[in-house]
Amino acid sequence: MSSIAISAKDVTGNMPPSANAQTRIAVRDLNFYYGDFRSLKDISLDFYDRQVTALIGPSGCGKSTLLRTFNRIYSLYPEQRADGQILLDGQNVLSPSIDVNELRARVGMVFQKPTPFPMSIYDNIAFGIRLYEKLPKSDLDGRVEEALRKAALWDEVKDKLRQSGMGLSGGQQQRLCIARTIAQKPEVILLDEPTSALDPISTGKIEELIEQLRSEFTIVIVTHNMQQAARISQYTAFMYLGELVEFGPTTKMFMNPTRKQTQDYITGRFG
Amino acid sequence: MIGNAPPSFPATPVGGRVRRSRQVADGALKLTCILFTALGTFVLGWILLMLLVEGAGGLSLAVFTQVTPGPGTEGGGIANAIVGSLILTILSIAVATPIGVLAGTYLAEYGKGSKLAETIRFVNDVLLAAPSILIGLFVYMFMVQPMGGYSGWAGGVALAIIAVPVIVRTTEDMLRIVPGSLREAGAALGAPMSTVIRKISWRSARAGMVTGVLLATARIAGETAPLLFTALNNNFWFRPDLMGGVANLPVMIYQFALSPYQNWRELAWAGALIITAAILALSVAARLLFKKETAR
Repeated sequence: MSSIAISAKDVTGNMPPSANAQTRIAVRDLNFYYGDFRSLKDISLDFYDRQVTALIGPSGCGKSTLLRTFNRIYSLYPEQRADGQILLDGQNVLSPSIDVNELRARVGMVFQKPTPFPMSIYDNIAFGIRLYEKLPKSDLDGRVEEALRKAALWDEVKDKLRQSGMGLSGGQQQRLCIARTIAQKPEVILLDEPTSALDPISTGKIEELIEQLRSEFTIVIVTHNMQQAARISQYTAFMYLGELVEFGPTTKMFMNPTRKQTQDYITGRFG
Repeated sequence: MIGNAPPSFPATPVGGRVRRSRQVADGALKLTCILFTALGTFVLGWILLMLLVEGAGGLSLAVFTQVTPGPGTEGGGIANAIVGSLILTILSIAVATPIGVLAGTYLAEYGKGSKLAETIRFVNDVLLAAPSILIGLFVYMFMVQPMGGYSGWAGGVALAIIAVPVIVRTTEDMLRIVPGSLREAGAALGAPMSTVIRKISWRSARAGMVTGVLLATARIAGETAPLLFTALNNNFWFRPDLMGGVANLPVMIYQFALSPYQNWRELAWAGALIITAAILALSVAARLLFKKETAR
């Protein structure tokens, strides 16, 4: 882990979290199990509307696991289960009566490794839209362009929309995946270490993009990169061994954390 | 030299004699490997050469236009056997492909870790190695006897039973190569499992799956034993209802090659050459397709 301390300059660029931020996702007493192993322990935490919340902590602390509960993607694997409550706009997404596919259209997710589908750039974006909306061709074209523009990819791909998405560079592929996610107009976007497989320039582009998307979406990002958390988030949650150690505005977490463990982690003394 | 070796190397005394004996052992193994490779290649080359020499001599336009001659008749061709083989192969692949692809999809996508899938996989592997004459006998009992005679249908089914396990296996293997993260990405957009399988898994594995079907086709194109009990062979064009046996290349070769008539034996060689060329073409096509699609 990097031993570079976070300087004041890194965090002062952040907008201060607005005082009247609304809760979008409320996690209450969440426990998570891989078979018999309990990997999340009584997590309770609020995520605010149109804010970026960073989940940080050493490998295996449960930050990705927490992220994967919000869209119930873990339920693809029968040995994984969660109990407790995750209230999205007041509705418990862990309830068996929830249609997980509808939930996943409302809560988008971008993964660590870019995952373009083996189809054209256009079809990659249209894939998610077509699942839930029947649009005439011209409207679909508009939605695809809008999503690519928002993901800052339009200028690079507008002349080759019919080419395979697999032919793009890694950074472009990741922006394609973000475009694919926002094309569905979700409420929440989950980002699971979205830049850890990318070069610094692509990382910079994605970070700028996240900053812009914040005006429309509630964003939760898992990151191993402390500077990244400091640069792009308004709130930060520090997790360790399946527990939430500390949660607060990013400025406070990095400049003046309450817990010694948080202090030690962000200054690179452990983890 | 030994004195200069870094201390981490074990200080084994590699004297001249030891080094010599190792070089000899090394050379001997290399030579043996080359010799046996050459032996295998030589036999294969001999077969192909003989096939070319004997088969090319028998090739003529009549081979492709005339039906197989009766005993003691001059000339003739094998047009009916070529067409019959095509019909049987297409029929069996049309039956085997959906069964094989869907069963393979079940094993790779739905049956992960289930006892049922494990059992099916085992049975499939057994079927993959089953002697094809047994499959011919099985179809004889369950189709030829009840239907009251040999037929193209029975032949198609017998060949399909041989093709299915090949297709199941390749489909499953190819789907397993598709990264799980791609399925997760599809599910994360709210796509139901059926959509993820059809639009993402199958599309990713497409080249490999098609290759599997082509290889299964190559495999059954030359099968003889299962056809002896099912489609048999005859000297006529197929009947529209495919009853009463269907002429085909493998059984034609078997019967004509053992006959006392010179023109029959020549036709058998021509048939063998045609069948080999067709199988070679299929294998090459499968290889090219797989390379092209996976190169990206």
